[in-house]
Amino acid sequence: MLASAVGSPPLPSERAGRSRRGRELPWRAGMAAAAEVLLVALALLASSASAAGPVDEDTVTAVAAELRCVVCQNLSVADSPSETARQMRDIVRERLALGETPEQVMAYFVDKYGTWILLSPPRQGFTLLVWVAPFAVLLLGLGMVAVLVRRWSPRAGAPAAPGAAIDPGTQARIRREVAETDR
Amino acid sequence: MSARRTWLRWAVPLAVLPVLGLLAYGFRTDPRDIPSPLVGKPAALFTLKAFDGSEVSLESLRGQVVVLNFWASWCYPACYEEAPALERAWLRFKDRGAVFVGINIQDKDEPARRFLDQFNLRFANAPDAGGRVAVDYGVYGVPETYFIDRSGRIRLKHVGAVREDFLAEQIERLLAEAS
Repeated sequence: MLASAVGSPPLPSERAGRSRRGRELPWRAGMAAAAEVLLVALALLASSASAAGPVDEDTVTAVAAELRCVVCQNLSVADSPSETARQMRDIVRERLALGETPEQVMAYFVDKYGTWILLSPPRQGFTLLVWVAPFAVLLLGLGMVAVLVRRWSPRAGAPAAPGAAIDPGTQARIRREVAETDR
Repeated sequence: MSARRTWLRWAVPLAVLPVLGLLAYGFRTDPRDIPSPLVGKPAALFTLKAFDGSEVSLESLRGQVVVLNFWASWCYPACYEEAPALERAWLRFKDRGAVFVGINIQDKDEPARRFLDQFNLRFANAPDAGGRVAVDYGVYGVPETYFIDRSGRIRLKHVGAVREDFLAEQIERLLAEAS
């Protein structure tokens, strides 16, 4: 596919070069032909790369990391050494090579296995709760702590709680006993 | 003051109950039991080269009830338990419009052939080398059995070894439907 794309463009531009050389402009015609060849080749390369070019392994790994390995417990397809995971990585690579986007590849697996196959639950519908609930509960807890701390701390100007002052007799006894243990 | 106390008395059980409910639900469901999104949908078409060299194509079986069984020779004991049941059920229904297709996944050629010989399986059996058919059917493990109706729709997925009476019951049900 790629070889034929690169091999074919020189033909029409050679013809163009020859016809221009006939009009006595060899240098310019040569440059124009070369530029033409380059442009056509680049355009062809670009189009073939987006349609069915070599696949970036990082993309394969990124997609595989989002997919749950079906025969493992809580391992991604990227991390699992199992045969099934290897085959699933091959399928990911194959589909990307056919020009599918990473989202389309994941949609294919969701189609076959349900959202179970995704390691991170989708951020919509019921599973959005999984993403939002921890933060909501954390905020609620922080709010409760703030309210309780404010309630428990003594208010400025409030009279000291009764019994806070120690009577002189007990104080003397504490001093005596501390002194004894120090000796 | 007393109003706050009663509020607290209710708040604790109110906070604990949903958690208990969630745990009760979570521990009762089997994490391996995952419903297939494919039940009710058209079965993915495939063409595979069978162990005997013939071609197995799902499209050519349209109009018949198809029992699609995914297996592997290393899948012991479940695949070994169900193999004789599959063969017997196939014999029983092969002249009544039901077709059995075995798909061997994640296996090697030699042990797979030995498995077929051991149970003298005579219905169509083909290896799925790249695992593409298995993923098309959302196969988690082996054995898994899919029941496809006459119009080519997946009607039931069974995980684990199948028994002959279960096979017979499902096939009869699908055979009774008009195509």
